[in-house]
Amino acid sequence: MFGAEGTGDTSGYGGLVRTPGATGSSERPYGSYFDDVADDLERAYPAFSDAIERVVVDRGELTLHVKREKLVEVSKILRDSLKFEMCMGVSGVHYPEQNGRELHAVYPLLSITNNRRIRLEVSVPDGDAHIPSVVEVWAGNNWHERETFDMFGIIFDGHPGLTRILMPDDWQGHPQRKDYALGGIPVEYKGATIPAPDERRSYR
Amino acid sequence: MTTFIDPYASSRETTEGTVFSVTGGDWNELVTEIGATKEERIVVNMGPQHPSTHGVLRLVLELEGETVTEVRCGIGYLHTGIEKNIEYRSWTQGVTFVTRMDYLSPLFNETAYCLATEKLLGITNDVPERASAIRVLMMELNRISSHMVALGTGALELGAITPMFFAFRERERVLDIFEMISGLRMNMAYIRPGGVQQDLPEGATQKIRETVKEMRKAFKDNATLLIGNSIWMKRTVGIGYLDLAGCTTLGITGPVLRSTGLPWDLRKTQPYCGYENYDFDVVTTDTCDVYGRFLIRMNELEQSLRIIEQACEKIDKLAGAPVMVADKKIAWPAQLAMGGDGLGNSLDHIREIMGTSMESLIHHFKLVTEGFRVPAGQVYAAVESPRGELGAHIVSDGGTRPYRMHFREPSFNNLQSTSAMCEGSMVADIIGAVASIDPVMGGVDR
Repeated sequence: MFGAEGTGDTSGYGGLVRTPGATGSSERPYGSYFDDVADDLERAYPAFSDAIERVVVDRGELTLHVKREKLVEVSKILRDSLKFEMCMGVSGVHYPEQNGRELHAVYPLLSITNNRRIRLEVSVPDGDAHIPSVVEVWAGNNWHERETFDMFGIIFDGHPGLTRILMPDDWQGHPQRKDYALGGIPVEYKGATIPAPDERRSYR
Repeated sequence: MTTFIDPYASSRETTEGTVFSVTGGDWNELVTEIGATKEERIVVNMGPQHPSTHGVLRLVLELEGETVTEVRCGIGYLHTGIEKNIEYRSWTQGVTFVTRMDYLSPLFNETAYCLATEKLLGITNDVPERASAIRVLMMELNRISSHMVALGTGALELGAITPMFFAFRERERVLDIFEMISGLRMNMAYIRPGGVQQDLPEGATQKIRETVKEMRKAFKDNATLLIGNSIWMKRTVGIGYLDLAGCTTLGITGPVLRSTGLPWDLRKTQPYCGYENYDFDVVTTDTCDVYGRFLIRMNELEQSLRIIEQACEKIDKLAGAPVMVADKKIAWPAQLAMGGDGLGNSLDHIREIMGTSMESLIHHFKLVTEGFRVPAGQVYAAVESPRGELGAHIVSDGGTRPYRMHFREPSFNNLQSTSAMCEGSMVADIIGAVASIDPVMGGVDR
């Protein structure tokens, strides 16, 4: 009932590894307005098949996986031709298991004209964590990119001033990465010790 | 020139000329010393401990006389690592974390988080109507309490103290309702994935209706004090100007965007929690300034009251309906009841798990300690918070804890517009401009 698989260990002490599954590409028709978005983009941007690695439709949301070299080009087309006037920031995700594409940057886009939302996703290897900045396309991404740099160590090339924003300037490491420990100290209460949150058992 | 070194006001030579660092002390001496130089460029650190910066916001101002030539924001003083912490808690526990982000609009944080979680679970359409109506009711009450702080402290920072008294008086009424419903005035973790934590107490809608009537009358106090008040107008009209092009390129949403005349409100354009069934107006002005944003907040109060009344009606109609999804693998097993020593597990439930059904006990234990699993994937869910689009980007790996959660905080994003609004204006106008953005540092820094 609780989804135990394999060894059937439901105690949590098995210490099984977390592996986020990579979703494959979606097939047409995508449904909703997603086909229109894909068609419009293909028409406005001839290099579509070269720049877009995967198109994923999941839970009523469209994600375009973009090659990082093409990100700024695609962004400009999306803003000017497809009227995605607003970029709602960028959120990083760290997948240490995905070899060669450990760091992902996710850009939720909003079109006020057409009342639509899509999402761009760019993945880069850990050893070469460079993504071109989209601040020249959407100026509001300035702080968001600084935050993602601060938290994940993704370097946004061409950003006007890529410095830490939330952590102190002399901080070591990037806290939101999976290899960065949460930290914390065990708490004692009436003789019993409760371990720090990252040392408690993991049900997986 | 004096020969001794003033510990509070030292000067040193740099490539850009003499730099005076002032941290207090004898101003007379300093003024004489500065008077001897030709340049008047002054760099002032405003905050992070400053009563007019809405919390621990640091503004680095470069001034030519009283004119601001450059503004930069320093943030991060309230960074709490909620996004990291949540990766080590169950999906239900996550609510208690997100509610503490933007502490003036806890219910919006909870709703955004829960809507995203429900989307991941695929149960968006299974959330009972009564639960959605309660969410709407709570969010609109929260919008009032949040706008009350925005208006009250905004006015206080510009030197008007009475509006603050009136605003906090009304906020108190709303917090009383929150306490009656959830037991807590702030950070209530009331909205849970799948519904809400518990049903409304007996007579709640009646009490809310009475409060709405009182508030509608009491809001007039601030309206008569400020709307059209010549001093208030002088401090706010034409101040903090940001037009539509500036807003879109900076990703600004909420009252600041609506002050440019664009009726963009997610409650209308991309409805959630059944907002499409409520009758209300999106308030706009076209002045692009602090006064316009003030008017928007004032008028949104009335719209919120309208929604609250309709929500009460809906909730009364749906009396006895569930407030949590039927799926027992997600819904919290415990039934709460008011005991002699306060709110706790209901005796019936305890009797069942301790006396009659071991399976129920196991189920309860597993669900509370381990939590439910959420299918792998990523979603983005957005709600219209009092400050703009509040978006939750959540990634699940199929486990019992979020793999990654990121909040797109409107305060964080909108604060970027400070430079665009303030550069070229007077020092005193920065206060009004920042207040009109209404940043909440708990949300900015998370």
